[in-house]
Amino acid sequence: MTAMVVADRVCKDFGALKVLKGVTLTVEPGQVMCIVGPSGSGKSTFLRCINHLENISAGRLYVDGDLVGYRESRGKLHELPARESAKQRRGVGMVFQHFNLFPHRTALANIVEAPIHVKKVAKAAALQRGRDLLQRVGMSEKADAYPAQLSGGQQQRVAIARALAMDPKLMLFDEPTSALDPELVGEVLNVMRDLARAGMTMVVVTHEMGFAREVADQLVFMDDGVIVESGKPRDVLSNPQHQRTQAFLSKLL
Amino acid sequence: MTADTSLPPRINAVPLRHPWRWVSAVIIIALVGLFLYGAATNPTYYWATYSRYVFDRRVSLAAWNTIQLTVLSMLIAVVLGVGLAVMRLSPNPVLRSVSWVYIWIFRGTPVYVQLVFWGLFPVIYRNIQLGIPFGPSFFHFSLQNLSLFFILAVIGLGLNEAAYMAEIIRAGISSVPEGQTEASTALGMSWWMTMRRTILPQAMRVIIPPTGNEIISMLKTTSLVIAVPYSGELYGRAHDIGVAFFQPIPLLMVAATWYLAITSVLMVGQYYLERYFSRGASRKLTSKQLEVLALAQRAVEEHQ
Repeated sequence: MTAMVVADRVCKDFGALKVLKGVTLTVEPGQVMCIVGPSGSGKSTFLRCINHLENISAGRLYVDGDLVGYRESRGKLHELPARESAKQRRGVGMVFQHFNLFPHRTALANIVEAPIHVKKVAKAAALQRGRDLLQRVGMSEKADAYPAQLSGGQQQRVAIARALAMDPKLMLFDEPTSALDPELVGEVLNVMRDLARAGMTMVVVTHEMGFAREVADQLVFMDDGVIVESGKPRDVLSNPQHQRTQAFLSKLL
Repeated sequence: MTADTSLPPRINAVPLRHPWRWVSAVIIIALVGLFLYGAATNPTYYWATYSRYVFDRRVSLAAWNTIQLTVLSMLIAVVLGVGLAVMRLSPNPVLRSVSWVYIWIFRGTPVYVQLVFWGLFPVIYRNIQLGIPFGPSFFHFSLQNLSLFFILAVIGLGLNEAAYMAEIIRAGISSVPEGQTEASTALGMSWWMTMRRTILPQAMRVIIPPTGNEIISMLKTTSLVIAVPYSGELYGRAHDIGVAFFQPIPLLMVAATWYLAITSVLMVGQYYLERYFSRGASRKLTSKQLEVLALAQRAVEEHQ
């Protein structure tokens, strides 16, 4: 069985600024990996590289066995045409910190947008699937509401349904609860917990240590563009080996 | 002190009075009345001529020509403007440069000069021929024999306006947050689909008001097409009629009346367009949605 995500010494720099300095990790199918760390440590950038929203500068990154953003032939990398990159992204769902729902479309229309226009699913089938997904995230009542009329937690649940509508094999979450009021965090985490239980492969950048401890199979602590420590969440959280991990966790509690 | 748990009565306050608003309104009405009296009694306005010509068939036909000029040239301008704006923001450097040079030239020279140029176009290029160079010709017509001035006026106005529309549309596109592009990209949409389905519909809210301005402005810019020369539109025709019997002022008033009337109709259309494209932009609920919510609330209260 191929691993879902394989990162081999992934580096990313923006000009002179080095953001990722050799990140190596593996996510198996069905696994949930949580990435934690201080802001500016490169966790979000790494997530965006997996979806090829950023080009990596060095190393190799594979999703489900496919090299991300490039084609390798005779020892040389060739940039993928935009069409091929778009095709790669269809298998990967992404949930953003600020939801990024389409404000000019209702909740349901947000969800069926990509299935109908990208995947060319029949409209009736897409709408049916969209309603099922809304129910799954507990939002059936709000199918016809515009995003501006929804609370942050509701918007994020619609955003999760929108990503699921493309039937992704991998879901990426970029601090999905960081922009939410504390009382709304729970509803989003519940949806994510159900998703993990249903066997979805997930990479989650988060500050919710309780969620990480409960749901994650692997916890990765990143700082300054490298993985400082990784392992079972229980071990890393309760018995951090590295001094930087200890410092970070002590500030959090 | 005992706690009073009943709901307090609805506030019924005395509204704030604004006496100075009334005073200033009266002064302005008096001034307007004075002006209207002066205009009505001044013989040089020739109101009899005005009322004879305001619904004259030649004038209303000219107004129709003005509307056609406006609509056709704005159609060219919007379509070309969207193309230029999208090219300007595209990742392709060839498209970017072409768009930049187009806007540089057409925005950088006066529209009057451009109209004169289009009028001379048949002199510069005597024939249009479609075919393989030095080979057989599939299509040929002479620009000399046709009275093309209406079409040339539309082209001249449209190509000039496209440069301005491109900048308006570019500003609209830039006003859409980056997260929208990212979300679309992450869903596997192509760059062009992202533009068409996500960015442009949201940009419309920003694009519509200045475009309404441009249409109204174009309506009046059509009076410059005498430079082509084409004089079948409102101002040209009114001017010609008025000059013929030395009464230009009432005919100017006739033209102004028509321009104002058409502008008023355009303003109504703009109002409805703006309302359509601002859907989802505000968390304010529509009256229909509020009604449904109020009904639901009442049902819950009655249930308790």
